[in-house]
Amino acid sequence: MSLSDKDKAAVRALWSTISKSSDAIGNDALSRMIVVYPQTKIYFSHWPEVIPGSIHIKEHGKKVMGGIELAVSKIDDLKTGLFELSEQHAFKLRVDPGNFKILNHCILVVIATMFPKEFTPEAHVSLDKFLSG
Amino acid sequence: MPENSVSADLQTGSDKMVEWTDFERDTIKDIFSRIEYDVVGPAALARCLVVYPWTQRYFSGFGNLYNAAAIKGNPMVSKHGTTIMHGLDRAVKNLDDIENTYTELSVLHSEKLHVDPDNFKLLADCLTIVVAAQLGKEFTGEVQAAFQKFLAVVVSSLGRQYH
Repeated sequence: MSLSDKDKAAVRALWSTISKSSDAIGNDALSRMIVVYPQTKIYFSHWPEVIPGSIHIKEHGKKVMGGIELAVSKIDDLKTGLFELSEQHAFKLRVDPGNFKILNHCILVVIATMFPKEFTPEAHVSLDKFLSG
Repeated sequence: MPENSVSADLQTGSDKMVEWTDFERDTIKDIFSRIEYDVVGPAALARCLVVYPWTQRYFSGFGNLYNAAAIKGNPMVSKHGTTIMHGLDRAVKNLDDIENTYTELSVLHSEKLHVDPDNFKLLADCLTIVVAAQLGKEFTGEVQAAFQKFLAVVVSSLGRQYH
């Protein structure tokens, strides 16, 4: 799905509101994911423990949100901008792409709990399109 | 797979009885006792129509769905959103027999309304987000897991009578 100018503006606006909480969002989204969708834990079996709020989850949450920050900055050309990350997840980490949808959903839920007023349906649709891209 | 996870079995309509932990039962009942049906229902349905615009195809008789503001202000959308919540209420009151509780509703959605059952999941996701926004911090991962398991059973039961 391609992002309209309105979508891009909505994503940038929402990001500017939520970005200062990005560490907390990343931690909560990943912690939530492994609880709600325990099958995703298999991708982290190399960690000594896969539990919500652990130091590994926090660090990985930071990385994920860093990736999203990168995507926001490359919003005009996500395909090229995220090419390396895409390759890494496909060929090195071998993550089933269905799991990105799962993590996206968890990110959206966290944003809803933390920013209920800002996360309007309009912001939601733009962010959903962006994360799916 | 642990019993209280959102199992893929539910999507294929397995005949296995759904088992609920005490935590799940209490959580589901607690959520539904706290949310206002005529606020959450309309908000969830409106969100679904905005975020997944193809779902509007099922509401062509509802009048103006031209943009997000029109959808949110549309009285037929609000009414139907509330109706949906009362439908979910029946499942909450019959947690151990959701499948049979929803037999008629499943037939209605398949044979009369012709709703693609994939859309039930989209509405369920929007409802999760609206409830998350209402409950904030209290909507922890464990609470979300219980709520989504409930919705997965509902979605599966609604899809049962399609053929």
